[in-house]
Amino acid sequence: MTRDSHNTVAVAMSGGVDSSTAAAILHEQGTPIVGLTMQLWDQRRLPEVATDGPVQHRCCSLDDVYDARRVAEHLNFPFYVVNFEQQFEQAVVRPFVSDYLAGRTPIPCSHCNSSVKFDQLLTTARQIGAEQIATGHYARVRHNTESGRYELLRARDDAKDQSYFLFGLTQEQLARTLFPLGELAKDEVRAIARRASLPVAEKPESQEICFVPSGDYVRFIRAYVADQGDAAPDAAGEVVSTSGEVLGRHDGVHNFTVGQRKGLGVAAGRPLYVLELDAERKRVVVGDDSELGRDTCKVADVNWIPFARPEAPIECTVKIRHKHEAAAATVEALQGNSARVRFKNPQRAVTPGQAAVFYSGDLVLGGGWIR
Amino acid sequence: MRRVYLDNNATTPVDSAVLQAMLPYFSEDFGNASSIHSFGQRCRGAVEGARASVAGLMGAKPAEVIFTSGGTESDNAAIFGVVNAAEGAKKHVITTKIEHNAVINVCEELHRRGVEVTFLPVNREGLVDPDEIRRALRPETVLISVMFANNELGTVQPLEEIGRIAAEADVYFHTDAVQAAGKLPIDVEKIGCDLLAISAHKLNGPKGAGALYIRQGTRLHPHSFGGRHERGRRPGTENVAGIVGLGKAAELAKKWISDDAPRVAELRDRLQQGLLAHVPASRVNGGAAPRTPNTANITFFHIEGEALVIALDLKGVACSTGAACSSGAVEPSHVLTAVGMPPEEARASIRFSLGHNTTADEIDFALSVIPGAIEHLRQLSPTWKKSAASAPTPAAVQS
Repeated sequence: MTRDSHNTVAVAMSGGVDSSTAAAILHEQGTPIVGLTMQLWDQRRLPEVATDGPVQHRCCSLDDVYDARRVAEHLNFPFYVVNFEQQFEQAVVRPFVSDYLAGRTPIPCSHCNSSVKFDQLLTTARQIGAEQIATGHYARVRHNTESGRYELLRARDDAKDQSYFLFGLTQEQLARTLFPLGELAKDEVRAIARRASLPVAEKPESQEICFVPSGDYVRFIRAYVADQGDAAPDAAGEVVSTSGEVLGRHDGVHNFTVGQRKGLGVAAGRPLYVLELDAERKRVVVGDDSELGRDTCKVADVNWIPFARPEAPIECTVKIRHKHEAAAATVEALQGNSARVRFKNPQRAVTPGQAAVFYSGDLVLGGGWIR
Repeated sequence: MRRVYLDNNATTPVDSAVLQAMLPYFSEDFGNASSIHSFGQRCRGAVEGARASVAGLMGAKPAEVIFTSGGTESDNAAIFGVVNAAEGAKKHVITTKIEHNAVINVCEELHRRGVEVTFLPVNREGLVDPDEIRRALRPETVLISVMFANNELGTVQPLEEIGRIAAEADVYFHTDAVQAAGKLPIDVEKIGCDLLAISAHKLNGPKGAGALYIRQGTRLHPHSFGGRHERGRRPGTENVAGIVGLGKAAELAKKWISDDAPRVAELRDRLQQGLLAHVPASRVNGGAAPRTPNTANITFFHIEGEALVIALDLKGVACSTGAACSSGAVEPSHVLTAVGMPPEEARASIRFSLGHNTTADEIDFALSVIPGAIEHLRQLSPTWKKSAASAPTPAAVQS
């Protein structure tokens, strides 16, 4: 850019109203911006999971790229599509499939954030002259002048807050990221989009995993495994109680998640819930509601944000799912980047593969993967 | 911001004289060229005038030229047309690995339909070996298709020799001349081809118009069906304005090839030499072969071509990493792969293609912008840092 290139910001645009409004806000402020849409997954790759009709609200559907481009044209800033298909498959899709097959319930969005959106995209942004990127995430970042560290906070709109998915961001990543929507409520965002006459102002939102059309992840896993030339895993096994009593059979642990009640195929006269998925022994362990609570969990690959690894245990609140109210807990950092979380009260359905994210009020202290 | 266009192999601007020639045929002389009345007759005259110009560009007879919607349609019509008309249960086609997708994908489809296809390799300069064509011939070979000039490298094939081989073997010879038309002289008699495809928008004409030369006597099945236009070989109401544009462009091109091509070649050489001199670890591809006068394909080691193209666009210089129709693809260019480049090199290669509108000033501007952009990318490139650590001074390498 011929204007002050050091201030150029690359905006990650999905074609949705959030990232489009983030771009509009920066543009209105006079920040030189470049819009980038990441081509992450070819929807046509697994024909068995292809859906008829327009594939909208899925990652990199042509309609969504087109929408992002229209926003850029409307606001008159440069726009490019960059292809990260290889990295996305390696860093997000593959682990997604292997996590499920190993009995974990993954969060691909967090892996994408750490390895693609705030990694590859940051690199590309720098290559084309933008030192910072902006996204449409509902979250806040600030620089703590006392500690010198960058901090991640919840968005002001608690209902929309996406800080849970961003726990893995490093200092370098946070230093180079802007979240223009962090202080805004969702309806304020839509209002801005309408005022700016953005072509996507009325576009509905999507909540699903971007590369799994229809949300049928079981079908996706089957199709992907076949696409890789691997035989469909013989994953069928037993549904058992905590005492080992065989109650029924299942088609594969990846069909289930901890806390699940429906689809167990067991008639027991009382509601049964998935307590544990044992992929090695191909067992789904079920039990009563009362058995679902855990008061500790082990967390791996912990990323600490406002400070480096703490020496002493910390009193804070911990979320174990995106839609979970952060619960009071003590977090103790352990050897080798792990941590142990001790909840004040037992929490339902602590699920391996999900993230445990530690908060102190609005401040994200850090987080890691539940094991 | 100043903008310099160095992607003429992707498309060219319509020349103002071409646009002026076309304009009357939208709303004034709007007739259907097949109509009997005067409205139609005026357009018929214009179409036939354009036909004569296009024929003149390639040394053909007007009756041997049909108009199409562009190079892709011309290639489809030629290849499917000849193969479908050929007799015999077994059929074989010889082509190369560096053809444009409009030829490659037609051949892939023929293969799916039971036709044998030989995709011949090329050497490091992108040239096919005529002896290999000879060796690949079989009794059931019905067609040889070799492009005139390659769109990514600019390199020019030994067509006259291939024409002789085809004549000896009594096999049809098609050439995709889309990149050559308007840049190099074309003489269908000298080449000895039976079919030749061109596209208007590569020679300062409008998009959506092209032509196919069909030597008298060539047996060709029609590719689509409808009215009896173009002597029954290509149905569809004539795109008079587009055809007139192609005709005018052909007329101008014939002059430019002698009058302006040397100037463009000089500017291309200036750009090439300037980049090699100011950007270490860079290499020209196809420079040792005969080339179109406007093309320079250069590998800048240790950078990502896609990022460079974007960075240059933001600075006002438009170029490309290869064929426009495959941009954004994960796979490296099939052309660059065919000349033996490993994927990282193919992805680090940029095509600069100049045009009749390119000025010395624009080349100077490009030279002032490109080296710095590459330097910036190299500072961020882990492989550049590694190579700089091991070699004292990476020298500019010219093939």
